[in-house]
Amino acid sequence: MSIAYENETLPPPVDPAGIDVDALKKLTAEQLDAFGAETDAIRQRVIADLGQVDRDYIHKVVKIQRGFEIAGRALFYVPPAWPLAVGALSVSKILDNMEIGHNVMHGQYDWMGEPGLSSRKFDWDNVCPGEQWKYSHNYIHHTFTNILGKDRDIGYGILRMDEEQKWHPYYLGNPVYALLLMVFFEWGVAMHDLEVENIVSGKRSLDENKAIYPGLMKKIRKQALKDYVLFPALTGPLFPLTLAGNATANLIRNIWAFNIIFCGHFPAGVATFTEEECENESRGHWYHRQILGSANITGGKLLHLMSGNLSHQIEHHLFPDLPARRYPEIATEVREICERYGIAYNSGPLHKQLASVAAKICRMALPPKRTAD
Amino acid sequence: MSPTAPLAGPTSGVVARMLRSRVLAALASPHGVDRYLELVNPMWAAEEVRARVVAVHHENPLSDAAPVATLTLQPTSTWRGHRAGQYVQVGVDLPDSAKRMTRIFSISSAASAPGEQFTLTIRAHDEGQVSKHLVGEVVAGRGVGTMLHLSQAEGEFVLDESPATPTISHLLFITGGSGITPAMSMVRTLLRDGYSGKAGRKVTFLHYARSPEDQIFADELAAISAADNDVTVHLRHGHHVFSELELRRLVPDYRDTDTWACGPAGLMELINTSYAGTTRLRTEFFKAPRVEAGSAEGDVTFGRSGQEAPNSGVTLLEQAEALGLKPEFGCRMGICFSCTSRKSEGTVRNVRTGAESSLPDEDIQICVTTPVGDVAVDL
Repeated sequence: MSIAYENETLPPPVDPAGIDVDALKKLTAEQLDAFGAETDAIRQRVIADLGQVDRDYIHKVVKIQRGFEIAGRALFYVPPAWPLAVGALSVSKILDNMEIGHNVMHGQYDWMGEPGLSSRKFDWDNVCPGEQWKYSHNYIHHTFTNILGKDRDIGYGILRMDEEQKWHPYYLGNPVYALLLMVFFEWGVAMHDLEVENIVSGKRSLDENKAIYPGLMKKIRKQALKDYVLFPALTGPLFPLTLAGNATANLIRNIWAFNIIFCGHFPAGVATFTEEECENESRGHWYHRQILGSANITGGKLLHLMSGNLSHQIEHHLFPDLPARRYPEIATEVREICERYGIAYNSGPLHKQLASVAAKICRMALPPKRTAD
Repeated sequence: MSPTAPLAGPTSGVVARMLRSRVLAALASPHGVDRYLELVNPMWAAEEVRARVVAVHHENPLSDAAPVATLTLQPTSTWRGHRAGQYVQVGVDLPDSAKRMTRIFSISSAASAPGEQFTLTIRAHDEGQVSKHLVGEVVAGRGVGTMLHLSQAEGEFVLDESPATPTISHLLFITGGSGITPAMSMVRTLLRDGYSGKAGRKVTFLHYARSPEDQIFADELAAISAADNDVTVHLRHGHHVFSELELRRLVPDYRDTDTWACGPAGLMELINTSYAGTTRLRTEFFKAPRVEAGSAEGDVTFGRSGQEAPNSGVTLLEQAEALGLKPEFGCRMGICFSCTSRKSEGTVRNVRTGAESSLPDEDIQICVTTPVGDVAVDL
């Protein structure tokens, strides 16, 4: 739902999950400034503290990921171990894309000066070229988070994920589109920059995509060659089994990544904003928007690792360039600050957030009249 | 330095060709073969160059000036060798900050073949974190076994003669302080490759050092000077500064002699003046970072586009745009790293943290960085 900061002409939106979003609008400019300064202070403290532990941590995760990758590729030579091989390769791809790739490409480890873990050089085990993803994700999504009409991650141009998105009979297929996006998530991410929805609506011309094709095709060829030709061929007669295994690992990664990411922005209670609300916004307002526009998943250490710490989506959106392993410690402070300022902090276990997202996907399929609360 | 046998082991010969094959590259995509090899053994590489320090030597233990150390490096088999006079980028993982710092050092040993050992002779500069660390380890009796991340040899300050000059012509080296290293590499190469007095070619080596205790390579220079090889070594210590008169006395036709000069800025200025209008002088010197804390003065230079303007005090991104440049950018608020650019020299301030940095060849986010004094950015 959308939040009006100043003029409340609409009746206060009632959230199905019972979160009183209305109360969040009350922060004055002075409060936002004070809140922004406190949030900045967290950032400064963490930056000053970055060091060997953070370096050792990311090196260890890389080592674990490479271990799973090599184990997965090797186990395909042992047909009875096929499920193990798929499992290991899935873990490898999930770690590569989330705790390593997503975070490294955010520049979280640029301070180490290591070319292999530099946001300018790193690319992930995913058909979307890192170079392209960094633009749509780091810039568009993280700068204009949840601003309708600017943040193309709201529904990815395919889904209707907010009441403010105008309903169209096309959206009756919302659950089906979501299911397809989940299954083909890496391809969806790769195609995201082509802005197909803007081409259909005439806002973008096909010519504008021409610059994107070479990089995209090159990456797709490389990924397909590796997973669907070379590694299967190396297992000789087991070619079909290895091919199926690699495809399954990619599928498992797709499903996992889709679910974690949708839990980060689309559970009930997460706010969207209008462009007018965000004109000339202060640093405090920007931070405020990041918190209201994100949701966390509670869980154990394994969940945090496998989600690339996007289970701390709120902290990630506040400080996208701080090493993600710091988010759990930062979260304690952020929650405390939010409590003092009366800012809602959306957090819940995976199953609850997933159910909430699924309900929203289905609800948004139908025209607004039918969903009026 | 004597040449060593080519590196035996898993990255030589057939294995090396396999490691560099397109098939393996495709299998290791997108990370690259090296990201896997380094996890097994840091001395295994397919493309990158790394080196292990296999021997160290403290060059000036009697001097009270900044210590100088020579490190002998065993590079990975990916090292393509170097020409005398070239330098190499050296990346060191500094233990206290967990950061990798990269600096440029001239190679002091004779020209090396692929995979062959070579030496760096480094002076610990007060403001140089890398040189201080590397030399400090040696002075403390450590340093052997350290892994370094290298580039291939780079630089055009090499022993090539002008086309008009026959090989029997006179060569002149003028160096100051640690600027002796590239010239030392050249002289060592000449002598190693059979150069002797019978060649009928004169070499003059003129070097300026702070004091006799501070003179590095002193024994070797004395031996070179004493041998029958037509190499004349002139060492000048203390307040004996460079003068054109003295140079004219030593080498009357110096303006027509192929000359290689390397040293501190003051010396280089004097040499440049003496050679004004000639094409025989080749120079090289590495600048130390300039720190002018608190000032918003100076000039901003954008190296790739050749643009320069007085520092206006706003962010480097805005200053670049004011000059009509179109650097890549995204959020313009320091979160997306789209604008990250290489600052080649000068001091900058991060407007978000207030932190100042004077490191050369540093990646900075130009949208949240203002220059402090003179700054050069690769844009």
